[in-house]
Amino acid sequence: MSSLPLLEVQGVSKRFGGLLANDDVSFTVKDGEIVSIIGPNGAGKSTLFNCITGFYRPNAGRVLYQGKDITRFGADRICKLGIARTFQIVQIISDMTVLENVMTGAFLRSARNGAARAKAEEVLRFTGLFEKRNAAATALTIADKKRLEVSMALATRPKLLMLDEAMAGLTPFELKEMIGLIRKVRENGVTLVIVEHVMEAVMELSDRVIVINSGRMIVEGTPKEVVVNTEVIQAYLGERYHVGS
Amino acid sequence: MRTFTPRQISVSAVVLILLILYPLFVRGSFPVHVMILVFLFGMMGVAWNIIGGFAGMFSFGQVAFFGIGAYTSSYLLTTYHVSPWIGLLAGGVLAALAAAAIGIPCSNLRGHYFAIASIAFAEIVRIHFNNWKLIGAAEGLTLPMLPESFRNFMFHSTKTPYYYIILGFLILSLIACSWVSTSRMGFYFRAIKESHDVAKVLGINFVRYRLGAIMISAFLTAMAGTFYAQYILYLDPESVLILPISIQIVLVSMLGGAGSIMGPVIGAAILLPISEVTRVWLGYKGTGIDMMIYGTLIMLISVYQPKGVWGLLSTIGRREA
Amino acid sequence: MADQLMQQLVNSLLIGSVYALVAIGLTLIWGVMNIINFAHGDFLMVGMFVAFWFYTLFGVDPIFSIPICAAVLFLLGLVIYRYIVSKVMTGPILAQLVVTFGVSIFLANLAVMLWTPDFRLIDKPLLSGTWTLGAVQLSVPKFAASVGSVLVSAAVFLFLRKTKTGKAILAVEMNRESALLVGINTERINSLSFGLGSALVGIAGAFLSMYYYIYPQVGGLFGLISFCIVAFGGFGSIEGAFIAGILIGFVQTLGGYFFDPAYKYAIVFMVYLITVWIRPQGLLGG
Repeated sequence: MSSLPLLEVQGVSKRFGGLLANDDVSFTVKDGEIVSIIGPNGAGKSTLFNCITGFYRPNAGRVLYQGKDITRFGADRICKLGIARTFQIVQIISDMTVLENVMTGAFLRSARNGAARAKAEEVLRFTGLFEKRNAAATALTIADKKRLEVSMALATRPKLLMLDEAMAGLTPFELKEMIGLIRKVRENGVTLVIVEHVMEAVMELSDRVIVINSGRMIVEGTPKEVVVNTEVIQAYLGERYHVGS
Repeated sequence: MRTFTPRQISVSAVVLILLILYPLFVRGSFPVHVMILVFLFGMMGVAWNIIGGFAGMFSFGQVAFFGIGAYTSSYLLTTYHVSPWIGLLAGGVLAALAAAAIGIPCSNLRGHYFAIASIAFAEIVRIHFNNWKLIGAAEGLTLPMLPESFRNFMFHSTKTPYYYIILGFLILSLIACSWVSTSRMGFYFRAIKESHDVAKVLGINFVRYRLGAIMISAFLTAMAGTFYAQYILYLDPESVLILPISIQIVLVSMLGGAGSIMGPVIGAAILLPISEVTRVWLGYKGTGIDMMIYGTLIMLISVYQPKGVWGLLSTIGRREA
Repeated sequence: MADQLMQQLVNSLLIGSVYALVAIGLTLIWGVMNIINFAHGDFLMVGMFVAFWFYTLFGVDPIFSIPICAAVLFLLGLVIYRYIVSKVMTGPILAQLVVTFGVSIFLANLAVMLWTPDFRLIDKPLLSGTWTLGAVQLSVPKFAASVGSVLVSAAVFLFLRKTKTGKAILAVEMNRESALLVGINTERINSLSFGLGSALVGIAGAFLSMYYYIYPQVGGLFGLISFCIVAFGGFGSIEGAFIAGILIGFVQTLGGYFFDPAYKYAIVFMVYLITVWIRPQGLLGG
């Protein structure tokens, strides 16, 4: 195992017209970690995601994956290199079955129909959707759709999986299942970076937490450290609240 | 696309047998001619479907490939006495190359923009051929009358051999389409059609796959063009490079159900007899009534059954299930 | 040589301004409803025929037919929108693309049935003849048509920016959902835009009838060129359509002059293809 961090974000900035959505954000992710990115709405978390995964091009800064500069790479190329992601609004292929959706992901590494199907079935067993593999993708519940999206991403055999608000809209039970799944994914050797609002998941899963506010990274640390940090609390609750006074 | 059920296979077998026996039982050449047109447009509809129905690239310029195929084989035949069968392959390859050339700039275009670009492309081809002395310009190209034989791809006393040839071509197209749809290419097209984000995130390289689809589609459409040339024995830009042909290709696919393999064939089977019969009964005086009916038909289909016959059957099937 | 060039430049402006008007009508519909009216060229044809029949049957000069053409086409646009187009707006994109082809084929052949495919001409319009300005021959009807087109285009700009209804149209064009939230009746705006866009092309038809041949199939090429112009200028952008119309007038005329007149339309289409390759959203599109 190399000592190089798996992912390095160096001074990434992204501007939309007059709005500076990401301002000089830097952090690293080591192999095997689960890193959470949290912050109030509109802080720039999804923009950061998009900059890293090739959907946006940063105006400044670099993104290094396994030491390689991928800043200017397109999203499909980044996927081929081993970074997979999900979206805030679940993106699946509506006129396909669950199995077909995952096969589409598997085809990245397996050219033949048979191999792709085998891989897809393997992934579905892993994520617990195997029983529902012939169902229409649109017929699934929200929780299952999210699991499907994760399955599709896993079928591309990523080394780094980035989840964008995977816990949103889930019931407490579904939440526990998703947390369990993410742990399983990490145990299988996939590094995870997750954007999250659901604090319970963040606290349970993360090795490290990065806090973004107004486009800037304000704090980085373990979940325990971050949650008592005054700046973080102010960011979420506004300047009017003082902690420990 | 699902694998075929035993019921579907037996129905298809019966239909195939009926189609094979058809020319032997009908009187006169008009019914055979109508079916030849059905197969011709069915084939081009299937070819269109590969990019339109599956990948969401709605081409309104397929006639360009039809014309390139027809002109290539005919020019090679008239000037260099090359066998039309070789001309067929040459036309297909040229059309595929032309498709690649236009496909690269157009591969990122969506919906309306792609449609208009395809029309613009076809019009450029038409205008060029209309002025190109080498292939006869506006006067057109007349094919030499060779002794009728399969080898010469020409028959004069009867239309029946043409019928079987185009039926064979159609079956070939259906096999190609079916292969595409169950292969990686087919899955990727459906992903691209659904959402560009989904496709990108699964590592799909748009340009490569779109180009592949466009080239296969162009090749098949060009084959249809060569067939047409050998069938009619005369070509000119105003009959083989005009927009109405492209529209008809889209229409048979839409009517039958874009996105299903057999859809365009069903659409052609409904549309061509109607348009041919109205043309013969009402069109010859030049009053345009037959085309008015055609236009009305287009509007009705678009408004009331845009998913086509296949869409209708699926809905019924789903209700039963 | 320079004289010839001068003449070509003038000709470019003359045809370009009329193109601009036709394109503005199309982009209005496109921008508001995201639907391409493939029958736009045939609406132009109808406008031309209305002007022709009012001239032939009632002796009304095309100049005075302008309001009549506008009204007739406005109504035609409304009817086509309400009874045909609005019904496909919720359906598959393919149906939306195809349905106006049906309208186009129907209209063109209705014209054939009613008026035969013969070419017609308005032989003695009020505005006729040619002015000679130095080396340039300026056809009076063409000049009137182009000035008229520019004036109408300006009127449309003002209408869209200064009137309440016009601003509502622009709002829907920019963001349909937000417009709904602000209480704009988007369905009414749809009908209005379709009617207005059609009226504009009807006016262009009246202008063209002063000097152009009038026949059922005349809409075909104009329609195609107007799609290219709109996509070139950026769909939904009125300014873009105007500028693109003028530019295409230049491309067509100069292209035909320097290269080969028979290829002038091919050159237009080629320019369009190159543009969408380099800048898919068109010149001023977002």
